Amino acid sequence: MAGNAACGDDLILRERGQREVFCGLTGIVWLHRKLQDAFFLVVGSRTCAHLIQSAAGVMIFAEPRFATAILQERDLAGMADCNEELDRVVNELLERRPDITTLFLVGSCPSEVIKLDLANAAQRLSLVHQGRVRILNYSGSGIETTFTQGEDNCLRALVPELPELPELPAQSEADSPKSLLVVGTLADVVEDQFARLFSEMGIEPVHFLPPRRATELPPVGNGTKLLLAQPFLGETARALIARGADLLEAPYPFGVEGTLGWLRAAAGAFAVPETRFDTVTSMPAARAQRALARYTEQLAGKRVSFLPDSQLEIPLARFLERECGMIPVEVGTPFLDRKLLAAELGLLTGEVRLSEGQHVENQLDRLRRERPDLTVCGLGLANPLEAEGMATKWSIELVFTPIHGFEQAADLAELFARPLARRGSLRFGTCN
Amino acid sequence: MQLTLWTYEGPPHVGAMRIATSMEGVHCVLHAPQGDTYADLLFTMIERRKKRPPVTWTTFQARDLGGDTAGLLMNSVREAYERFQPRALLVGESCTAELIQDQPGSLATGMGLPVPVVPLELPAYSKKENWGASETFYYLVRSLLAAQAPNGAAPNPAKDAADAESEQSATGQAKPRANLLGPAAMGFRCRDNIAEIRGLLRSVGVEVNVVAPEGATPEDIARIPQAEFNVCLYPEIAKTTCAWLERTFGQPYTKTVPIGVGATRDFLAEVAEITGLDISAEMLGEDRSRLPWYSRSVDSNYLTGKRVFIFGDGAHALAAARIAAEEFGFAVVGLGSYSREFARQIRAEAEKLGIAALITDDYLEVEQAIAKAEPELVLGTQMERHIAKRLGLACAVISAPFHVQDVPAQYSPTMGFEGANVIFDTWVHPLMMGLEEHLLGMFRDDFEFHDEAAPSHLGGAPEPRPASTDPEARAAATSTTETTDTTNNGSAPAWAEDAERELRKIPFFVRGKARRNTERFAADSGLATITVETLYDAKAHFGR
Repeated sequence: MAGNAACGDDLILRERGQREVFCGLTGIVWLHRKLQDAFFLVVGSRTCAHLIQSAAGVMIFAEPRFATAILQERDLAGMADCNEELDRVVNELLERRPDITTLFLVGSCPSEVIKLDLANAAQRLSLVHQGRVRILNYSGSGIETTFTQGEDNCLRALVPELPELPELPAQSEADSPKSLLVVGTLADVVEDQFARLFSEMGIEPVHFLPPRRATELPPVGNGTKLLLAQPFLGETARALIARGADLLEAPYPFGVEGTLGWLRAAAGAFAVPETRFDTVTSMPAARAQRALARYTEQLAGKRVSFLPDSQLEIPLARFLERECGMIPVEVGTPFLDRKLLAAELGLLTGEVRLSEGQHVENQLDRLRRERPDLTVCGLGLANPLEAEGMATKWSIELVFTPIHGFEQAADLAELFARPLARRGSLRFGTCN
Repeated sequence: MQLTLWTYEGPPHVGAMRIATSMEGVHCVLHAPQGDTYADLLFTMIERRKKRPPVTWTTFQARDLGGDTAGLLMNSVREAYERFQPRALLVGESCTAELIQDQPGSLATGMGLPVPVVPLELPAYSKKENWGASETFYYLVRSLLAAQAPNGAAPNPAKDAADAESEQSATGQAKPRANLLGPAAMGFRCRDNIAEIRGLLRSVGVEVNVVAPEGATPEDIARIPQAEFNVCLYPEIAKTTCAWLERTFGQPYTKTVPIGVGATRDFLAEVAEITGLDISAEMLGEDRSRLPWYSRSVDSNYLTGKRVFIFGDGAHALAAARIAAEEFGFAVVGLGSYSREFARQIRAEAEKLGIAALITDDYLEVEQAIAKAEPELVLGTQMERHIAKRLGLACAVISAPFHVQDVPAQYSPTMGFEGANVIFDTWVHPLMMGLEEHLLGMFRDDFEFHDEAAPSHLGGAPEPRPASTDPEARAAATSTTETTDTTNNGSAPAWAEDAERELRKIPFFVRGKARRNTERFAADSGLATITVETLYDAKAHFGR
């Protein structure tokens, strides 16, 4: 694969300064919807509770499947009391919610700074509630995680719980594939689409992590082929590899090209004949191309910059550049995992400037100088940039919207086209 | 540890942000971990502010913790000063930074910056957002006025100097001046309330000197002592500051928050007393607002005795209780606040209304209280809007915290006489119209016009309790209706089948009350079974 000039180490802009990003707790907003029998208990401060509430934007449920155990002054005084308090809160919670089968104790900045041992607490409480509730822990703190890394840590915490893939008797080859594991939260509708495509190709069994119910964990072991649906799952991938899974290198399933490449990686591992692969994918791929055409016209030639946010930036920039004809100017990512993005970095072809980390003021200076046609950024920055005359796309929509796969390729393009189309359609008299 | 699902107030450093964001020429540096920057979006999204909050965050991560976080803080302060050139700097920390004890306030004050640096103490594990805003405003005002503060409560030299050059009225008397204190970012309807109160004061001959913190510069703060008195418009934010200004500069301040017709008139009476102005009866007259006539007009008869549940911050809940009881003729069946600082006043007001006050920041407790009180209208924050939606109750938002739809594009003050008009419209709008209510009482089995239909002028949803496909929402909805049905279990009289059927013919918005009254009547009369006759006996006994 032809390497891209921009992915040489020396050409990546690395910055340190104020990072305008969410912490990993934010992932709870979608994880609690996916895992329908799990509960997320953040052990943190009022800030943590306020963050999740503000990031979620709407309060949908009286009793959502997440909550915060807010540390108070007296909890900080003595650790023994703090553990007792946590036990009390967990017992109270489990009494309230008998439908919960898995409870995640989620570490936060304050719980980590005071060194509250949630792994220990999870073990202790697991013994108490044995047989009824599985209690796990992970960190979603801002000092340890940036935004989507919270999902990585959550899934990583599930890995030791996964059952062992059964050994088939009289196996011909030790490394022959036995199971495909797709990792990363997908919208249910997208998951079903992918499951159909895999099934038509004859790949089976196919499992998804996270599953819709925390009690239906997929098996893993030697012979598991691992396909990542999201680029931010490095820790989970490493843990699954340690359990015998084999990571398939692939681009991520955004756009037609990404989806084809992603499916092809699975097809290759399961020795699906090329003709069968083509039969299965040609129709949806062509349909996606047709749907995409409407937006590529609007997007072609437009310049786009990404501020660091979800680690989806590089695959999305690749999609916008190669399939929509956009010109990426700066693609910022909070953290660049070269191993997981190897296939993507090879596809990104333009003169794009990659940046890792953030110094938000410097980045905004560059943005104002370069004035791209579209800036993908967080909610705190979007309106101020719009007020400065720059079109923006809220990056959080990209993690809250089904954007993977063939059928969503056009939806993904539309998310970027909409702010531009909107600007084109508004007229406020001569001063516009 | 406190188990929390949703919170009414953010942490205290968000209060500090609200003060900084309200002002011009002030910058705030917060020592905080990566992720705490989420709070920026409150201002840019909910209030659609065009500028980023003037807040620099140190956003430290794990790798910084082993190193020099104090150095990181000082570097951030220096960079922020150089880039933004503020004329006053606030320096504080969030919950996590409090634990690592870098003392950002004293570090920053020791840096020798050529502008006032105000160190903030924001104890995140015991205090909350409004407290943080109030303290930040207080310390900022104190430091910016330190040079002017006389020793002890003395006559006010700054004011005397300003008096000489101030605008003269026709009679040659200087117009009295007032500061409007308390309006701040993320406060309820601040933009329009400032305009409304400015106009109200002008109409009685009072000039506004400084509005703060909203829109104020450090130089404006320095002019505060030039006014004769302060208007404590948002006591949650400004009361501490007003009390200090009174002690230090001898400036009295108004105690009534002018929300509602009666409160606005009381407010003007206070202004008259402080300034010695003769405010004419016409100025205080009922004609200044449409609310009194609208409320008296026959159309409003149906509002009589409507059961209303009120919850909000202290000042707004108190004001709403008075308006509901005195100006709408509602029956206040619940009154509460998440502002513990106002607990005493709320309790006193509730006692006057013959109910028990609910002082809590536990959302579930509020939800239970609302379900139990069976109100027809809920006046609350965005949290109560969600509760009301789930319970199928009408609701209007009267207090922070609020969402983007509560920052209307149109002029929508809640204070002063125009504010009273806005309140009338806002509270009446979600209710079923009088005649519609009667028709439902008469023809409740019409398949298109049944009693579960939303008020016709609201359109949209055919049912107040949409049959959600989500089991969680459905469970929540049923469980709350169930609680009202099963509270009298055990020794409670049982409903005969035909009585139960008859009860269902009563429109849903009074059904709960009818059920409760009937059960109480049956229990008092020692009946084991409730028949159709019992139902009507109870109706005759209690009246509507």
